[in-house]
Amino acid sequence: MYFEAIAKVVAERTGCDVSTVKPESTFTELGIDSLDTVELLMNLEDELGIEIELDQSVATVGELDKFIQSKQG
Amino acid sequence: MLNGKTAVVTGGSRGIGAAIALEMARLGANVALVYAGNQTAAEAVRGQCAAYGVQARTYRCDVSSFQQTKDTVAAIKADFGSVHILVNNAGITRDGLLAMMKEEAYDAVLDTNLKGAFNMIRHCTGLFLRAKEGCIINISSVSGLVGNPGQCNYAASKAGLIGLTKSVAKELAPKGIRCNAIAPGFIQTDMTGSQADNPLLAQIPLGAMGRPEDVAQAAAYLACAGYVTGEVLRVDGGLAM
Repeated sequence: MYFEAIAKVVAERTGCDVSTVKPESTFTELGIDSLDTVELLMNLEDELGIEIELDQSVATVGELDKFIQSKQG
Repeated sequence: MLNGKTAVVTGGSRGIGAAIALEMARLGANVALVYAGNQTAAEAVRGQCAAYGVQARTYRCDVSSFQQTKDTVAAIKADFGSVHILVNNAGITRDGLLAMMKEEAYDAVLDTNLKGAFNMIRHCTGLFLRAKEGCIINISSVSGLVGNPGQCNYAASKAGLIGLTKSVAKELAPKGIRCNAIAPGFIQTDMTGSQADNPLLAQIPLGAMGRPEDVAQAAAYLACAGYVTGEVLRVDGGLAM
């Protein structure tokens, strides 16, 4: 589960309260465009100390969480 | 002018790439030289860059390989922290008439010249996005603008670079990342060899071949030109006018 880490980076980036970030929140709703998610992911890499290669677009926080889990096996 | 920036130059061991690397170093940028095979030449250019008081390192990499470019960009990030300027200069020729061209001659040229640029941009873009700045310079060719008999593969790759340049420029402009191309004409390098007998020389309005330094000057301009993106800058003595 990477949801908490993602929510933290999203909150840091957008200035929103971390509790308002839900798994079903879309990045568009959060004011994050698809290129921003690439940057977000790089911040996550630092936060989690793992390497993530984003090779598809993800719409929601929950999807990104699932994507990272799939990459981490 | 480029103090504190890191410039990655592919095909940096000789010719136009070496001249661009030296110019970036002269302007204060740290330089990551990416070369395909000639380590001695790459080391020599690295030494010349370092003489300007900047950090310079060499990286052996086949830019046509997605994985190798990924690993190389990761190594550059580890060594320099980030990348601000990417010059996609690595290029090869396998000239021949289309009617007799081997499939591998076509593929090899497209893989290095066009896909190589894609690979490098692909792996550097995350760093650009994070730095909230970036400047990509793709070295195209007048062959890509006007075509050239015997170079259908090379011209296709160089024309492809222009489409790549403009798409990337549009895609990344909202993030403050610029992408431009340079279209050199006849430049004196190992790759072009002696063109003394080439009848095309007579068609160059400025009447002579260009020097790698002429292209390097254009690259330096694009590296600093904050309001210029999606441009194809000819450095050809007027050849493709």
